[in-house]
Amino acid sequence: MSAAITLDHITKTYNKGATMAVDDISFAVEKGELFGLIGPDGAGKTTIFRLLTTLLLPDKGTGTVVGNDIVKDYHKIRGIVGYMPGRFSLYQDLTVEENLKFFATVFGTTIEENYDQIKDIYGMLEPFKNRRAGKLSGGMKQKLALCCALIHKPEVLFLDEPTTGVDVVSRKEFWEMLKRLKAQGITIMVSTSYMDEATLCDRIALMIEGKILSMDTPANVIKAYPEKLYAIKSSNMHGLLKDVRANEDILTCYAAGEYIHLSLKHEGKESEAQLLNFLQERGDTDLIFKETIPTVEDCFIRLLGNKDGNKEGNRN
Amino acid sequence: MGTKKETVIRTKELTKKFGDFIAVDKISFEVHKGEIFGFLGANGAGKTTAMRMLCGLSRPTSGEAEVAGIDVYHNPEDIKKNIGYMSQKFSLYEDLTVLENIKFYAGIYGLTDKQIKDKSEELITKLDLQSQANTLVSLLPLGWRQKLAFSVAIVHQPKIVFLDEPTGGVDPSTRKQFWDMIYDASERGITIFVTTHYLDEAEYCDRICIMVDGKIKALDTPYQLKQNFKVDNITEVFYQLARTAKRGDD
Amino acid sequence: MKQFLSFISKEFSHVFRDRKTLLMLFGVPVVQIVLFGFALTNEIKNSNIVIVDNAKDLASQQIITKLASTTYFKISRELMNASQIDAAFKSGDIKLAIVFPANFYTDLLHTNKAQIQIIADASDPNTATTLTNYVNGIIADYQSQMNATIDVPEQINLDVRMLYNPDLKGAPNFVPGVIAMVMLLICVMMTSISIVREKELGTMEVLLVSPFKPLYVILAKAVPYLVLSLINLTVILLLSYFALGLPIKGSLLLLYAVSTLYIITSLALGLLVSTGAKSQYGAMTLSLVGMMLPTMMLSGYIFPIENMPLVLRILSNVVPAKWFYIIVKDVMLKGLGFSYIWKETLILFGMTVFFLTLSLRNFKTRLE
Repeated sequence: MSAAITLDHITKTYNKGATMAVDDISFAVEKGELFGLIGPDGAGKTTIFRLLTTLLLPDKGTGTVVGNDIVKDYHKIRGIVGYMPGRFSLYQDLTVEENLKFFATVFGTTIEENYDQIKDIYGMLEPFKNRRAGKLSGGMKQKLALCCALIHKPEVLFLDEPTTGVDVVSRKEFWEMLKRLKAQGITIMVSTSYMDEATLCDRIALMIEGKILSMDTPANVIKAYPEKLYAIKSSNMHGLLKDVRANEDILTCYAAGEYIHLSLKHEGKESEAQLLNFLQERGDTDLIFKETIPTVEDCFIRLLGNKDGNKEGNRN
Repeated sequence: MGTKKETVIRTKELTKKFGDFIAVDKISFEVHKGEIFGFLGANGAGKTTAMRMLCGLSRPTSGEAEVAGIDVYHNPEDIKKNIGYMSQKFSLYEDLTVLENIKFYAGIYGLTDKQIKDKSEELITKLDLQSQANTLVSLLPLGWRQKLAFSVAIVHQPKIVFLDEPTGGVDPSTRKQFWDMIYDASERGITIFVTTHYLDEAEYCDRICIMVDGKIKALDTPYQLKQNFKVDNITEVFYQLARTAKRGDD
Repeated sequence: MKQFLSFISKEFSHVFRDRKTLLMLFGVPVVQIVLFGFALTNEIKNSNIVIVDNAKDLASQQIITKLASTTYFKISRELMNASQIDAAFKSGDIKLAIVFPANFYTDLLHTNKAQIQIIADASDPNTATTLTNYVNGIIADYQSQMNATIDVPEQINLDVRMLYNPDLKGAPNFVPGVIAMVMLLICVMMTSISIVREKELGTMEVLLVSPFKPLYVILAKAVPYLVLSLINLTVILLLSYFALGLPIKGSLLLLYAVSTLYIITSLALGLLVSTGAKSQYGAMTLSLVGMMLPTMMLSGYIFPIENMPLVLRILSNVVPAKWFYIIVKDVMLKGLGFSYIWKETLILFGMTVFFLTLSLRNFKTRLE
């Protein structure tokens, strides 16, 4: 397999070096891969997209997209990639069809010519083709934007936070569409700040402050979680969280859905029993305590903790 | 939630129409003092419209609503004195410093100079922002900004604070810290009314309300909802309800 | 080419779907012209004028009778010298003076040419123009009656002098001013806003990443506003002709050619604004404060440049509207041809090239 995207020691700063956006990053994305950049706002995801779509020049380092240099061959790259920027919102005053037609023409093609490429997605939009884009629901807007990015049969698709601000149902649908596109052999690079979406990628890079904390398949990222992770719940979760924090043997703990996730400084049956005792003494009732498999979010929090000398997780 | 608590938000068949479009359709619910009330719904389900009515920003078409004991029809201005508001989109002035923002908001809520001074110090210490007190808000990381925005929204000890997707785009670790702050506020008796797209956060709420097409389709504790729908997480509950939605965005 | 056309048609869709802005673009000039036209066509009656009849012959008597038979004037006949006339104007007793030279009729008979001097108080330019036009019309009428009966046409020349405000700041000058402003409004403000809006929407990023050449993005943005500006120019000219009775004395073609040049300058400025502005609001502020204000102040359309301090007079030279205003006035009002305005046109052309180069160079094919 050959690499569809490569980054080699790429650094990018703003404001004449004052703001570090991307800090010496290197990685490669294989052809046909669904690659996820996972991280909060300000992690540098958008900058990576803009560098790869030739909208920005790197300060240092080199990069390629399908073998084309992101600086020298920018014109070639612009012809073969599809790009959906963050906060991309189409022309609100044009109809669904007009938007699509326009982007088709801009990319030198027509809707008819590439209909097969988009028919899955556009099929859902066609009943509304005469509606103005501004009047579409969030989920439908995303679909239309994806159609616009796909209309010229790009080899590589760059999607910058396509699901931000979109409700769960639409998000799920959107990822199902991405899976189908991947099956067609398109390389997809997608970013998200929703950790739960990470597991849907082939490989992910967890990013923060311009750096990659970890990069692997979601399964491997999870496997690399260093401690045992426990989940605990009780009848009074607010109180429980405080009590857990008060215990000296706690390494990290935080609310995670209906449970509290925690890890212990000393692992083993003894420590577990001690913790349960401690909590019962403090009056926590109906305790359910079990070992759990970390999620990508747990891994991210763990990695953040490492980075900041482990103070983040325990700060009150 | 065994004992009967004081009610701070009460609505009865609250409705808002925009022309023929019924954005909010006869919603009735009550929120108790100190409760963390999650308000969920797909894009366009009517969450924002409902929230605006409760904040006194939008006049209901029909129905009743009382916020902090005040009628939304007659005294919408009085409501504003009793609530705090924070949203992901707008919360702080980015071109003002941390301290200036705190002072500004404390000022518009009518705190005395002494109170403002004490509050500013207290907040900055609590948020660990001592070294950044005179930094422009635009230079703070998003997570810090949101935490600051929340603190500012409750600087005047409101009875209720409305949070409109407060944690969008924030890193998971900061999100947890944000929720710690929400718990704190709730323990001090501030009622929290929060919308979110992160369904794991719904689990942190005392009760959640799921809106579909302007109507309330479910309202209960997260635990009870999961029982009722026989699923093991709120995301599934949400899927099942939101799938029935017919209309799109507003 | 097809891409380009599709882009232009999209731009037109934006323009036509934003009804409010469209209404404003065409409404503002129309309202301005109509309001002004209304102020102008208010008939003036019983204005005090003085007739200094140094000739006292048949022709002068006939003309005076004709003037007196209208309701426009309240005529007093006095023999005054120049300084007396001046004093009468200063005291505000009279609005207009008509001076027949001695031997008026004799000149007319023998040389077929004679002159009447008309002096008007142009501190109120509307009234001065209207009154002068009345006199003009009456004398022209008299002349055509005379010439109907004789073989060799006789010609009466009117020597019109506008006191106090020789350039007649006002009525007719208003129209070129409106043209200069509206072109600037459409081109600078609308162009910059429409480009910045694409940045805000994120569509600009997609367009830049497309194989479509960035230069064409700019051109496609410019074309609709060029067309709109020309339509607007036509509307203003038609209105000023029909509502204000202001004829276009010079070549229409020349007027349109020069306007196109000015529009291109403005478009380049709009582009320049868009490269500097981050939001639509910023673009608007920058256009209004950075472009509209200097144009209004320094183009000579509201305040005469001659009366300005030296610094401002020098500064006014860099305002493209100043040169355009001079050209339009010359072509439209004075009926001058290209040989008279080539200097100003050349300056404007130079500015166009300069701003266009600057803005194209500033427009980046990448972000930042």
